[in-house]
Amino acid sequence: MTRHSLQIDKNGRLRHFLCISGLNRQLITEILDTAESFAGVTQQSVKKVPLLRGKTIVNLFFEASTRTRTTFELAAKRLSADVLNINITQSSTVKGETLLDTLRNLEAMHVDMFVVRHADSGAAHFIAANAAPHISVINAGDGWHSHPTQAMLDMFTIRRVKGADFGALRVAIVGDILHSRVARSQIHALNLLNTGEVRIVAPQSLIPAHAESLGAQVHHDLQTGIKDVDVIIMLRLQRERMQGAFLPSAHEYFELFGLTEEKLMHASPDVTVMHPGPINRGVEMDSEVADGPRSVILEQVTHGIAVRMAVMSMAMSRKEGDTG
Amino acid sequence: MNDLGNISEIIAGMAAQLGEQLARVGISHPAMVGIHTGGVWIAKHLHRQLNIEEPLGSLDISFYRDDFTRIGMNPVVQPSQLPFSIDERHIILVDDVLHTGRTIRAALNELFDYGRPASIMLATLIERGGRELPIQANVVGRHVELSPGEHIKLSGPDPLALEIQKTA
Repeated sequence: MTRHSLQIDKNGRLRHFLCISGLNRQLITEILDTAESFAGVTQQSVKKVPLLRGKTIVNLFFEASTRTRTTFELAAKRLSADVLNINITQSSTVKGETLLDTLRNLEAMHVDMFVVRHADSGAAHFIAANAAPHISVINAGDGWHSHPTQAMLDMFTIRRVKGADFGALRVAIVGDILHSRVARSQIHALNLLNTGEVRIVAPQSLIPAHAESLGAQVHHDLQTGIKDVDVIIMLRLQRERMQGAFLPSAHEYFELFGLTEEKLMHASPDVTVMHPGPINRGVEMDSEVADGPRSVILEQVTHGIAVRMAVMSMAMSRKEGDTG
Repeated sequence: MNDLGNISEIIAGMAAQLGEQLARVGISHPAMVGIHTGGVWIAKHLHRQLNIEEPLGSLDISFYRDDFTRIGMNPVVQPSQLPFSIDERHIILVDDVLHTGRTIRAALNELFDYGRPASIMLATLIERGGRELPIQANVVGRHVELSPGEHIKLSGPDPLALEIQKTA
């Protein structure tokens, strides 16, 4: 079984949700449509549906996260599941047996789903490959590899703001592409949705080798990179990267790649600005942009709940007894 | 095409029955909610014929089904839309076919997640045997006797047509 086929069952349905690559356009459109239905649940006075009543979902976080964990927790609770939050902060060298032991112990408590965040690429796949057959695994971010629910909530946000015709859109992803699991997942998702133009914009040191093979145009200059684009997705600059050889200083980065109202003039007049959060104000973008009318950063957070409800319920809606 | 009679006439009969029942219990400002998909089609006609002021509401009960883990999720779930407050409101719930009662059970649960209605009446175009829950309609368009292998299906919305299908 290959890594990618792990997440789709023999009927073409979602079994785990591990990465965007390996999915098809129909399936990601189904996720977006299902999320659209769940978005309405927040209008009810009881903000809950009983879909996953009696199921137990474990948020297994080996890496700190507030927003992602909280929205996964809320999504699970709005589906009426019981939620267990387990934060295991440990060095990334401890894996293998220890991780399996953790897994076996949780399985012995009869849980139904793991939501996994881990600093090592492939951790969610490892857990999915080794978990009991009835358990579904959702990847909440693994190393530099993938953060598929973030990419889906970004696609959901773009579709809500710009409409479903991705072919008519130019999208620029700006920032630390090299270390970004978010960017990788976004590029895959945008290409699956046949986005007109996908650009990545970053200094040479923050672009992965063979970046074009991901299916994106590479730009090293912000102004040409965002020229006439409809959507700009800014990435978070990890502060620890600034101490290494990747960047001279946060100040210089902001001068060259930070988004300001002035630089936004190069983009399409109705450009939408996104950021997965948390923002480093004055590093990736000016507060004026982050809080301005083009920003949909807080909508992204709201949409994260509906998208995670969709992915969780789809992965759990396999026929009982059907483990393939 | 069917021997069940003209659907427009059935709906007109339902509207008359509903009008009488509402008058008898003294409900003057009801709200109406159709269940996706066929129930909404029927409700549109009843809503107009009864001159209900509040806009028509619609429910998709997919998230409230009890067979979710057995048959999986309906890929196209229409968002439920209740463009009025449910609280203290007299609700007329409309569906196309009343069979096991499980759809109505799910719809009642969903309605109560939007608020506390004053009362709920059920109107259904077709009623058939086979109830698995203690649920009855207040207003029935036609009662149909079908064998367990038979299904009755409403197609529409324009024109509305009923068809009896046999499952192999």
